[in-house]
Amino acid sequence: MSTTTPHRVLIAKPGLDGHDRGAKFIARALRDHGFEVIYTGIRRSPEEIAAAAIQEDVAAIGLSSLSGAHLRLFPAVLTALKNQGAGDIPVLGGGVIPDEDIKTLLAAGLHAIFTPGTPAATIIEAFRAACQTGSHSDSDD
Amino acid sequence: MKTDELLTGLRNRDPRAIGRIISQVENNGPQCRAILAALDPAAMDSTLVLGITGPPGAGKSTLTGCLIRHLRGQGSRLGIIAVDPSSPISGGALLGDRIRIMDHALDPDVIVRSMASRGRLGGLCATAGAVVRVLAAAGCEVILIETVGVGQSEMDIVRLADLTLMVMAPGFGDDIQAMKAGLLEVTDLLVANKGDQPGSEALCLEMSAAFRDRSRADGIERVIQTVAAQNKGTSTLMNQINTLNARHLEIGIRATRRQQSQEIETLDWCLELLRPQLLAAIRGHEQPLDPRLRAEQLITDRDHDRQQQPQ
Ligand SMILES: Nc1nc2c(ncn2[C@@H]2O[C@H](COP(=O)(O)OP(=O)(O)OP(=O)(O)O)[C@@H](O)[C@H]2O)c(=O)[nH]1
Ligand SMILES: [Mg+2]
Repeated sequence: MSTTTPHRVLIAKPGLDGHDRGAKFIARALRDHGFEVIYTGIRRSPEEIAAAAIQEDVAAIGLSSLSGAHLRLFPAVLTALKNQGAGDIPVLGGGVIPDEDIKTLLAAGLHAIFTPGTPAATIIEAFRAACQTGSHSDSDD
Repeated sequence: MKTDELLTGLRNRDPRAIGRIISQVENNGPQCRAILAALDPAAMDSTLVLGITGPPGAGKSTLTGCLIRHLRGQGSRLGIIAVDPSSPISGGALLGDRIRIMDHALDPDVIVRSMASRGRLGGLCATAGAVVRVLAAAGCEVILIETVGVGQSEMDIVRLADLTLMVMAPGFGDDIQAMKAGLLEVTDLLVANKGDQPGSEALCLEMSAAFRDRSRADGIERVIQTVAAQNKGTSTLMNQINTLNARHLEIGIRATRRQQSQEIETLDWCLELLRPQLLAAIRGHEQPLDPRLRAEQLITDRDHDRQQQPQ
């Protein structure tokens, strides 16, 4: 009976830096492309992000970090998700991230990494694809 | 997860199962009916449902944070449903109420769920009601529903809640005028938030006037000043909530409200379920009649057809 249901995603900002322009930009862009975006604000711990993602039952998580601590923080979110039984939720990351770090992060299990040069359309498509690959695409029993 | 796994998870208060179940209910998913059928209606008996509405920026989420802190201090397990409007153009939504209640993100006894209004045909009530019952089944003793007070959806919320709090703040004069029309009549308590800002006293006076008759009748003060940003006034507010709730239980208002809410929710679903058939019937009978007369004709024909061919 229901028509297509919007994808739910969570956009979060782990770490200590207080700039969330990038995160908010992506959050708005996703909303404008039909996503339901839960935004949790700045300075969240990996554990808080994982707990919120589980309660909200999102299909994907987007992380933004400008502090340079992405190598520590992004994988920490993956670990927190696994510890809370939600290792299947795909996690995408964005920020000022050098090429060699991108390889490391993808190897660590990040679904995709974006840098300031990535076009918004590419990011939105990546979220859409991530939402369809996760366990939400076959959410029936 | 299979349905029985989800239901076992719900009983064991597993956050992942609870999150999944809410999605099933919200999206009318393939497991939705089995889940709804398995919910124990008695779980609602000991639950208090509070609606928190008011204009954008009045401090609803901050106040919700205060209430969470207070109620957690008393050991209550809590559910929070935070509703924000969907964009009518893209269908998407930006759900930001969590920002102000992240202090409790790691507390397993605070379940927060953001919901987009999604322009639901049967009204928000049709879905949020089921989410309330899921949260009750998950052991939540108090359920807070936050919604922006700008349109039809908060009237729906009002119907779901045992008590409705309207949050106002100085400088929202126009909003107050607009809301006086309908919402104020169905508001149980008025929270004059941002009591630290100029104009708060005037707001309290104006609001007290609106509630004068009701408060005179039972001696319960219905306007409460708060400074949510400093967690001031929370315990007074909670006292008034408890007093009014006790009174409503005593004189039967709560039972009446719940019964009416169930009726409306059922009606919403009936209309929702009939919609495709009715639409097909309308399209199948192009008639040069005024729409209202055409509708009457359609219903008469329907009834007639039914009598002709009993099933
Ligand atoms: N001065 C003052 N500011 C407050 C008070 N309570 C909340 N605020 C501020 O008001 C702003 C809006 O607060 P929210 O709690 O997000 O308001 P809301 O009603 O939930 O807003 P929406 O969900 O966007 O409709 C924030 O910047 C708060 O810090 C208060 O008691 N005094
Ligand atoms: Mg809010």
